Amino acid sequence: MSFALLLIALVLLGSAAAAMLSRNLIHSALLLTGAWAGIAAFYLWAGAEFVAFAQVLVYVGAVSMVVLFAVLLTRQGATAAPVEFDSYKRVVGSIITAGGVGGVLLGAIFGTPLDVPAAPSPAALTVRQLGLQLMGPYAAALLIVGVILTVALLGAIVIAAVDKPEDPAP
Amino acid sequence: MSVVATDSFLERAPLLFRDWIVGHFPVALQWLVHHLLTITAILTVFGLFFAFTTIAERKLLARLQNRLGPNRSGLPWFRTLKLWGLTQPFADAIKAITKEDIVPAVADQVLHFLAPVVIVAFSLLGFAVLPFGRYLIPVELDAAILYFFAAGTATELAIFMAGWGSRNKYSLLAAMRALAQLISYELPLILSVVPVVLVTGTLSTRDIALAQGGWTWGVLPHWHVFTPWGFAGFLIFLVAALAESNRSPFDLPEAESELIAGHLTEYSGFKYALFFMAEYFGLTALSGLGITVFLGGWQAPCAFLEFIPSWLWFMGKLAGMIVFFIWIRGTLLRLRIDQLTRLAWQFLVPLALLNLGNAAFWALTSGWTGPLALARWAISAAIVIVPFFLLGRRLTAGYAPRTYRYAA
Amino acid sequence: MLGSGILKGLGVTAKNFVGSYHDPARMVTQEYPDTPAKLPEAYRNFPFLVTENATDPMGTLRCVACQICEKECPPQCIYIEKSKDKKPDATGKPQLYPAVFAIDTAVCMSCQLCVEVCPFDAIKMDHVFEVAATNRFEGLLLNREQLAKPNEYFHQIRPTEAAEVDGRLTAERQAAAEKAKAAAAAKAAAPKPTTPVAGVADPGPASPRPATPKPAEGGTAP
Repeated sequence: MSFALLLIALVLLGSAAAAMLSRNLIHSALLLTGAWAGIAAFYLWAGAEFVAFAQVLVYVGAVSMVVLFAVLLTRQGATAAPVEFDSYKRVVGSIITAGGVGGVLLGAIFGTPLDVPAAPSPAALTVRQLGLQLMGPYAAALLIVGVILTVALLGAIVIAAVDKPEDPAP
Repeated sequence: MSVVATDSFLERAPLLFRDWIVGHFPVALQWLVHHLLTITAILTVFGLFFAFTTIAERKLLARLQNRLGPNRSGLPWFRTLKLWGLTQPFADAIKAITKEDIVPAVADQVLHFLAPVVIVAFSLLGFAVLPFGRYLIPVELDAAILYFFAAGTATELAIFMAGWGSRNKYSLLAAMRALAQLISYELPLILSVVPVVLVTGTLSTRDIALAQGGWTWGVLPHWHVFTPWGFAGFLIFLVAALAESNRSPFDLPEAESELIAGHLTEYSGFKYALFFMAEYFGLTALSGLGITVFLGGWQAPCAFLEFIPSWLWFMGKLAGMIVFFIWIRGTLLRLRIDQLTRLAWQFLVPLALLNLGNAAFWALTSGWTGPLALARWAISAAIVIVPFFLLGRRLTAGYAPRTYRYAA
Repeated sequence: MLGSGILKGLGVTAKNFVGSYHDPARMVTQEYPDTPAKLPEAYRNFPFLVTENATDPMGTLRCVACQICEKECPPQCIYIEKSKDKKPDATGKPQLYPAVFAIDTAVCMSCQLCVEVCPFDAIKMDHVFEVAATNRFEGLLLNREQLAKPNEYFHQIRPTEAAEVDGRLTAERQAAAEKAKAAAAAKAAAPKPTTPVAGVADPGPASPRPATPKPAEGGTAP
């Protein structure tokens, strides 16, 4: 079991690292997609079937497309990004940001009481139970998320829609 | 349901055969052999199914257009035996394998190679959760429907890899177009299946197929397609499935006549064949899902026909779906990209959303009996038919009815 | 209604599908090497020379070696040598005949101009579909013997044109025969009626040919 986890972790971290180091933006995006698929594999390993498939459906299927489209539509000229440091100001800024984010994450991880082995893990939730939970106690959260996404979608449409002058009738 | 008919020897024959082979191996290896056998069976059956789909497609298209179709290829040493050209797919395979594999010098070598591999691998994943028979389901997953759609999304990635990796403007443009199409139609495809999930209350393909068992008076099957919301959902599913698998009339991504085969421009030989293999696998898997979700899965249409093993029913329905898709291809013309996306967003998605409400109504009124049952049918039918007419009128405004000034 | 056109189209193709199995007239495919190709009547590739009689092709060529086609031929693929002597034609009139008539089919461009200009309906376009030779010089140079084909063959490949040509020729020959008869009668009426035998003997050389296919000869016989 732990061998599988090791394999998944290696693939996940390897593709994530390669995505960071790749000079080619498209390669980076595709490797990032690979890392997302690795996360899905991790969920599957952990027994969270539903979350794993949702991860694939949403991240590998949809978000990766958004990323790829964004890369293709915004970049002009060569697709190889420069990897040299532009200025020391940028280097310092990036290190501070990375350190801050890393510190917060590490603090959160170490601050969480990890008493999982103490409590016997409950039986894996079936999709049916999950659905009932989502539609019952967490219905409000689901609705709010849905509203936020709809607002985002409408906003995107409003931004993207350009008022085209009507063609004068011939 | 009679126990004798549903548990016959034929019904279990594939399983018994598999267990017989597995029994020959040491116990430690049995689980591996078990899974490998399942995979081999799927690859063999659907590989052959793909091969004969190609010849059936060519023959049927020919007949639909008053032609003969391929009827030349026979056997190598028996020249007199023509076999109606049924060995054509093997000749095609040999041709595809022996052709030169050309990779453009500027192409992204890795992605160019990876794209056909990824697309075939992912298009095969869908078969894992389809219940081919009462006892024949490769993997029983709780969230099978979700798994099916998740596996299907990776093909979009492969198309992008093919288009971008070719370093060809036609390929890239066509890949973007293909992605726009696939993303547009994923929504109605999933939305057309959701009502079934709503009514049956499960995401498992096995349970959905089981839920459609039983007959009224022994002849009218309780398939979802025979309910108003199921029929509407099935039609939406058919259209979206055609678009998802790049079939005519939605075959814009490759469009040989105008886009020089789109993202396949820079592919040749066996890699080209792999893309087509993936396309047919995707079509077959989607047809299988449609059968499972709307057409009763492996259930027999009448009670007295239950003696035929369920996996034969499934394969028969699958062949029927494929023939229907070929018939569609032989009839309809290709859409333009704006018509394509308009159809998805202005017609299919609203209709699918309404149909979701319709299914909710159906699930809530399951207790209605007697004259109320008739009212239930009428209301449910009205919920889909009225918007169909209204949306259809809006969609075709300015286009139909078409008048032909010069043609007879 | 949205979708009605689709249903109609599906009906059309379904009809095609069913019809293609029981109605051979629908099928457009010719399985060419297995079954002979069905050529349209106006199909043309190389010219051939029409003969009145299959048993004696060289004796009954309609060609009188006038050489108009040789001069008209744009790629100049026709070569004709006139004969030294004269032979009687279908009406019994003594005419020249081609001692040599050759067409280089490697050069011929199938323009049909030779057919258009021929005043004797002696050269027509052929329906040969498969042409193959082992030698591209001599093999593709067709001589008089290879070019000559009987009138029945012409009827076979182009029935309408052949009927039209035959009708015209019959009428012309009849008119010529009547004119000859009238001239003979006038001749007989004027001096002394001693040579009406000559008028009858005129088609004499034509009589060895079987008179069946030629209504023209039936016209001249009395």
